[in-house]
Amino acid sequence: MSDAKSDYGAYEPVIGLEVHAQLLTESKLFCSCSSAFGAAPNAHTCPVCMGMPGVLPVLNRRALEFAVRTALATGCTIPPVARWARKNYFYPDLPKGYQISMYEAPLAVGGVVNVQTPDGAKHVRLTRIHMEEDAGKNIHDAHDDHSLVDLNRAGVPLLEIVSEPDIASSAEAAAYLRNLRAILQYLGVCDGNMEEGSMRCDANVSVRKRGADKLGTRAEIKNMNSFRNVERAIDSEIRRQIALLESGSRVAQETRLWDAERGQTFPMRSKEEANDYRYFPEPDLLPLRVDRTWIEELRAQLPELPEARRARFVAQYGLPAYDAEVLTARRDVADYFEAAVAAHANPKALSNWVMGDILRLVRERKLDEQLVIEKWPVQPADLGALVALIDDQTISGKIAKTVFDEMVETGAAPGTIVERRGLTQLTDDAAIAAAIDGVIAQNASKVEEYRAGKDRLFGFFVGQVMKVTGGKANPQKLNEILRAKLSA
Amino acid sequence: MRVSLEDVDHIALLARVGLTDDERAAMRSDLEAILGYIAKLEQLDTDAVEPTAHVAELTTPLRDDLATNPEAPDAMVSNAPDRDRNFIRVPKIIE
Amino acid sequence: MNEVRSIDLSEPSSWTVAAARRALDRHETSALELARFFLGRSARLEPSVHALLAVTTERALADADAADRRLGAGESGPLLGIPIVLKDIFATRGIATTCASRILEGFVPPYDSDAAERLQRAGAVLIGKANMDEFAMGSSTENSAFGVTHNPWDLARVPGGSSGGSAAAVAAGECLASLGTDTGGSIRLPASYCGISGIKPTYGRVSRFGVVAYASSLDQVGPFAWTVRDLATVLGVVAGHDPRDSTSVPRPVPDYASGLTGDVKGLRIGVPQEYFVKGMAPDVERAVRVTIDQLASLGATVVEVSLPHTEYAVAAYYLIATAEASSNLARYDGVKYGLRREERGGNLLEMYRKTRDGGFGAEVKRRIMLGTYALSAGYYDAYYLKAQKVRTLIRRDFLAAFERCDLIATPTAPTTAFRLGEKTADPLEMYLSDIFTISVNLAGLPGLVVPCGFDAQDLPIGLQLIAPPFGEEVALRAGDAYQGATAWHLRRPRLASAGLGEADGEPRRVNSR
Repeated sequence: MSDAKSDYGAYEPVIGLEVHAQLLTESKLFCSCSSAFGAAPNAHTCPVCMGMPGVLPVLNRRALEFAVRTALATGCTIPPVARWARKNYFYPDLPKGYQISMYEAPLAVGGVVNVQTPDGAKHVRLTRIHMEEDAGKNIHDAHDDHSLVDLNRAGVPLLEIVSEPDIASSAEAAAYLRNLRAILQYLGVCDGNMEEGSMRCDANVSVRKRGADKLGTRAEIKNMNSFRNVERAIDSEIRRQIALLESGSRVAQETRLWDAERGQTFPMRSKEEANDYRYFPEPDLLPLRVDRTWIEELRAQLPELPEARRARFVAQYGLPAYDAEVLTARRDVADYFEAAVAAHANPKALSNWVMGDILRLVRERKLDEQLVIEKWPVQPADLGALVALIDDQTISGKIAKTVFDEMVETGAAPGTIVERRGLTQLTDDAAIAAAIDGVIAQNASKVEEYRAGKDRLFGFFVGQVMKVTGGKANPQKLNEILRAKLSA
Repeated sequence: MRVSLEDVDHIALLARVGLTDDERAAMRSDLEAILGYIAKLEQLDTDAVEPTAHVAELTTPLRDDLATNPEAPDAMVSNAPDRDRNFIRVPKIIE
Repeated sequence: MNEVRSIDLSEPSSWTVAAARRALDRHETSALELARFFLGRSARLEPSVHALLAVTTERALADADAADRRLGAGESGPLLGIPIVLKDIFATRGIATTCASRILEGFVPPYDSDAAERLQRAGAVLIGKANMDEFAMGSSTENSAFGVTHNPWDLARVPGGSSGGSAAAVAAGECLASLGTDTGGSIRLPASYCGISGIKPTYGRVSRFGVVAYASSLDQVGPFAWTVRDLATVLGVVAGHDPRDSTSVPRPVPDYASGLTGDVKGLRIGVPQEYFVKGMAPDVERAVRVTIDQLASLGATVVEVSLPHTEYAVAAYYLIATAEASSNLARYDGVKYGLRREERGGNLLEMYRKTRDGGFGAEVKRRIMLGTYALSAGYYDAYYLKAQKVRTLIRRDFLAAFERCDLIATPTAPTTAFRLGEKTADPLEMYLSDIFTISVNLAGLPGLVVPCGFDAQDLPIGLQLIAPPFGEEVALRAGDAYQGATAWHLRRPRLASAGLGEADGEPRRVNSR
């Protein structure tokens, strides 16, 4: 993680992020069309989301629930009344010629998302959270003078989460996004996939001389489609602004697009005029007074959130901070880990297996593309049983890898595999001693060389004993007894 | 309240309404006259008055989250003046 | 109380929903006979009146057929087999719905409005879609892109607007009842000019789903008919909660007909001094005052009330309504349906401009511009927000007045129907025709209009009765009692007798379209 203070010399960046999160509801925000991704063009449309004459919006209860839970999970206040507003502009992917959003009276205000920095925990405050409908898609045909419009996405529910300009570096921005995404995933309200567009981020970036009070002019940066690109884009923009100021120029208040290939931001071709959205209260929807009893019910049902779970993993399982962070980045991974520990109480060993072999396989097989991993390569109870077999010396760590591979392939339980393939570790001192004796007898010259000082040959003897015992000799005992016999 | 031709042009652009020169001139004087009449509202002191955005004293009704609408892209797009399969086709957008 | 007799197709004054109901239930006539008769009336009268943009013959015959089968099975229902007309602002599945605008020419909705659905379920027979001011913006139906409608009482005059076609269709005897919409007076004004009854219910009483939106916080659906009793019948069918309209009120619908007791004893009628202004036609004022006296003689008490913010209503309305309209009409952009005007190789902006320039008429453009202005940066507080505050003051005026009275009685318009073309030169002058009706929309209250006299030129005059929120029953009861004691609602325009054997009933075609 970069050190904000030293990266930018005399300047400090001031960054605020605007995140749009697509909510995982079945239907759209204001109509009963499916909000699922990937349907045939305009298959998920109806007169309402198409903006036909005389149609009216009706609010999706679950979308509201998701919004309220997000507000609660981030410590926001939900004011007594929120108001829908129309944001008016013309674009082919905006069927009504206005977007139903919220303006002066958002759903929630004043929450916080915590971020770990080299200097400790930092609170990034949230300005507001509000709900709005998504627009459709314009597909520009390279060969044609025309665009094709698909309104499947028009009307899909979005949560807009706006942070205060509390973020001080590009790395902090990426960390904020990761933490926010984890919260949204834990709540099950958004799958946080930036590449697919279910979570989008715009950044407001300005710089000022370190210690100055007044904020610099800010630029809005768009078109960053991954955490990595957010970090790169913000970093590039900070440097661009510093260079401008250092050369005596001024930073223009404008919208800029990140170009990942060229590694720079470029100003958006200015439209004829800055858009005047002419916000006014949406007359087709009434004031939103969220039921207070319902809010408290939702609050009571909030799951353990990532930050709390991370801390508990350290405290309860004695895991290092790094392990806790990796394991709690996704709720389903944390659930898996805890289920395995419940089967066999060796958290550190299980942490290694999950972070290593399990997650590697999950990524290879792209099983983590959904919010909840549906088919794990190995069940948590079986993983626990495997580690138990290592811990009680039935098998060695090395043999365990072989057993694991077969568990993945056949789905069989580890104990069954060990028995069927006779992989039980050899722990009997006498048997190991006998095997060693045999190897020593067969390799007299090498024994001489070892005793003469060629220490490296120890590994050779180990290997030979392993060969003779089919890999099953307990490594520690083998080492002990071999060493004793060779030194005799 | 004076309305200039530039005002008319600016509003016409926001509203995406193309106006001919004659229409522009007529619109300018019409708007000026109407806004002149509307100016009488300034006579009222409304500082302490809440705006009425909705006369009905209710709160937003809620709908169950069910995707019950049938898939009928052809019917939905059938009114489009220009279409390409089930896409709606529009002229190029100059960014 | 008038005794209901069966409909007599040779006697226009019997052409009411109640009379048709009696005849249908007694099998003295059939839905098909009625449908054919009124379709025939349309054919005869439309060249002169032009109340309709479309005569829906096939649909009417199918509706009638279905109704007859239900009647044959012993079913009855308030509107079963009754010929009606819908303002062309109501989406009708499979039938073109244009709002009298070129920008929706040929648009065929794949859905029905809630009102159209309810009427069809009730077995009503759709005769046609009525002419209107384009997108409901106007007070005379002269803003239609498809020709004006002529007032059946005098073809050289306007029927009022914006629901002029729906009113004229009833007044000319082309149907027995119709639906219109009212945003600033668009049911009440045409009812008054056309000498029929009409009611704009409380905001939220009838669903707006499928009603092409003009000003969302003001629009309401309501019926036209000759009698208040018929209004009660139709209102009872279309009113009620609709989950598709979030502003629709979940309040049970009373049996409006059973409230028509004929009794107004003790009813307190408020008369607002601000509504009797200089510049009102003397005949109109006289007729309205006589009517109020008549209500008093029926047992009502007359109380003087004040609605001090009345003079600000038109100004507030033309900010709120146009602001909402400018946003509601943004969807007419040539992209998804309706008219598109583009040039080869042209870009999107040009398409928007050409489409909306060619597709919208002058009044619609004017209101879109005014509304856009009212919402634009720097002007929102002074215009839109200010108007919404004035709206609060206007509503408070009414609620305060209703503490001292049960109904408020006023003229409906300062004059009777004016000549075609008389007010089209000055938009402001046209806007001021709504001066008595607009406040009622701003306050969201119900307003009933009943014919209460004729002026020296034999043009109808209408009385407006304004009730408290959801007080339709009180207004209907008073209106019905009034009709029980008077005969204005029984008079018919001369052309109503056209084709029925009376030589001077034949309408003369007027070259004023």
